Amino acid sequence: MIPLIQYTLLFTSVLTLVALGGCYAEHSGVINLGLEGMMVMGAFGGALALKSFNASFASGSVPAVVVVLAAVICSMLSGMLYSCLLGVACINFKADQTLVGTALNMLATAVATIIAKTMNTIADPDNVSATISYVNAKKALLVYFGKFEFNWFMLIAVIALIIAYVVLYKTRFGLRLMACGEHPQAADSVGISVNRMRWSGVLISGMFGGLGGIVYITAGVSEWKFEYGVAGFGFLSLAVMIFGQWKPHLIAASAILFGLFRALSNVYTGFDFLKELNLPSTFYNMLPYIISLIVLAFTSMNSRAPKAEGIPYDKSAR
Amino acid sequence: MKTKKNILKSNAFQTILSSLLCILFGVIICYIVLLCINPAGANEAMTTILQNFLSASKANLRLKNFGSTLVKTAPLIMCGLSIQFCYKTGLFNIGAAGQYVVGAGISLYAALAWHLPWFVCLLLATVVGAVWGAIVGFLKAYRNVNEVISGIMLNWIGLYLVNMLTGNVKESTSPYTIPIKSESPQSLLPSLGLENLFGGNKYVGIAVPLAIIIAIVIYIIQQRTTLGYVLIATGYNKDAAKYAGMKGSKNIIITLIIGGALAGMGAGMYYLTGMEQWTTTSSSVPDMGFNGIAATFLGGLNPIGTVFAAYFIEHITLGGSKINLNVYPSQIADLMSAIIIYLCGFTLFFKYCINSYLRNKEERAARATVEVTKDDKAKEGGEGK
Repeated sequence: MIPLIQYTLLFTSVLTLVALGGCYAEHSGVINLGLEGMMVMGAFGGALALKSFNASFASGSVPAVVVVLAAVICSMLSGMLYSCLLGVACINFKADQTLVGTALNMLATAVATIIAKTMNTIADPDNVSATISYVNAKKALLVYFGKFEFNWFMLIAVIALIIAYVVLYKTRFGLRLMACGEHPQAADSVGISVNRMRWSGVLISGMFGGLGGIVYITAGVSEWKFEYGVAGFGFLSLAVMIFGQWKPHLIAASAILFGLFRALSNVYTGFDFLKELNLPSTFYNMLPYIISLIVLAFTSMNSRAPKAEGIPYDKSAR
Repeated sequence: MKTKKNILKSNAFQTILSSLLCILFGVIICYIVLLCINPAGANEAMTTILQNFLSASKANLRLKNFGSTLVKTAPLIMCGLSIQFCYKTGLFNIGAAGQYVVGAGISLYAALAWHLPWFVCLLLATVVGAVWGAIVGFLKAYRNVNEVISGIMLNWIGLYLVNMLTGNVKESTSPYTIPIKSESPQSLLPSLGLENLFGGNKYVGIAVPLAIIIAIVIYIIQQRTTLGYVLIATGYNKDAAKYAGMKGSKNIIITLIIGGALAGMGAGMYYLTGMEQWTTTSSSVPDMGFNGIAATFLGGLNPIGTVFAAYFIEHITLGGSKINLNVYPSQIADLMSAIIIYLCGFTLFFKYCINSYLRNKEERAARATVEVTKDDKAKEGGEGK
């Protein structure tokens, strides 16, 4: 039972973080389909940070908190940096957001793989894999309570959730951000810079996407092959966001549901009754995607998406 | 009086120009990446990518490699058409990758387990792809589910289902499916003697000509038929189309059924050549469907343009696999197509630049003529006095 709870919490953290990222972008009026790519880039930045601490953390010369902070900051920065590509294309040049998002997903995997391979080959000419391993440094992320492995990222996800709720509903910035996603022309008419708000939305979403990426690749494994990207997790998070009606607290609730099903595929062998059902492991791999389709089919009808999302802001359309 | 129309003004020319600009920038950025990895071999690597089969030493080998490029182009054309067809109706069919996957699965299973003749396998792939597309269509039309998200979910569901299905027809010692040639030769696509044109490359067959014919058919449907008119009208303005009496929900479903059928058929066209076996432990969706997006947008959202763009993308992808893999990663070609798709987002901007350049020029010309006529009038006035 403990592993199930542990994995559920981990995957819930990933989904919450990334879905919150999507939530900021969509409230500002930009559909961020490139979240998957931002996760990959964030994961890559974070993995490099962790890797650099492999030896020094094992020898005890660096405290755990430094390792955790370095991973968090590097992943956030690389996610944010990468989201600039989305911002430039979709906000300044009014490009098609769906197209650019998709391109960013493909680009991220290619870029991460190329850099990882190059670094590996430089370190060891026979190594042409795109795997980055962070076995030792990963231990810095964990705290043991009996058998339960507490991961600092779980706490970070909770903090991010609270901040998101406060920022979106209680601050001037958040309300202005949401105004730009609902009716940018009206927002502009009262002196809010729509482009600046949308840029903030995109950058914050890149930041959370990147953070979600590092959480995802450190969940359960201690090395990552960057050819594989993040297996549609960015899109699962978008499903979580839609199911959560673009509201932070509901997003967290729906992330728990999706996280549970995702965790099942990791740990179902530990349950006797699931084992006796004798379903192939592929079934459990499919489960989160099937559930999300069903859930979306029942919730999208009344969805309250930000009204102006996906439409480039055109001042002259006022 | 200039009656000659400026070639820069034609929409088709602008589209081609901006696609070429995308390619140019893509190549330049990739070249810089190559330089960063290892400056010594960058020139050679870039020429290898761009030359692809032309770099082979023997004429026969060159033809053979050209044939292989074409074999891989056929499914890409189909995926590109699938995305193009849906995009014109205002739907982004990223699920083409999943429709391609299920098409591959069923065509291989039909060939290896049921030993059906090739046209039945191809038909099955088309039908199953269409069903996969129809699910997205139904969810979009009646349940308001975003087609991109349901498409992605179905991509993964399809991948795992196909892994399960093809697990029954795999080689006992490897994760690959049994080669069609040894198990069921009647399921291989006929070559119609085309193999002789390509140095005896036995995989070249009816797939390429068939894909090109389908591209032309799609072009005709979109330009000349009521169905195409209705679908494109829906794409321009859904509400206006509905107001004009076109049935929105029905159109969405029809579009995605056709889109799915195209992608599924594309998979059949590739896997029934026997060139590649399916890996039953695949953990990622094949790139074909996603590269289709590149082909569509690079082709200027035009079926015929898609054919050329698809060829170009396969050309650099196969070229990318020929570079020195000890120095450069094979993903360079992926990088190039990803950059090209990204830049395609700027097409509107490129066109805007061209148009505003033209407008400025015209205005200047017009001002000049006005001044000239003023002078003339002044002169005439002077003479009259």
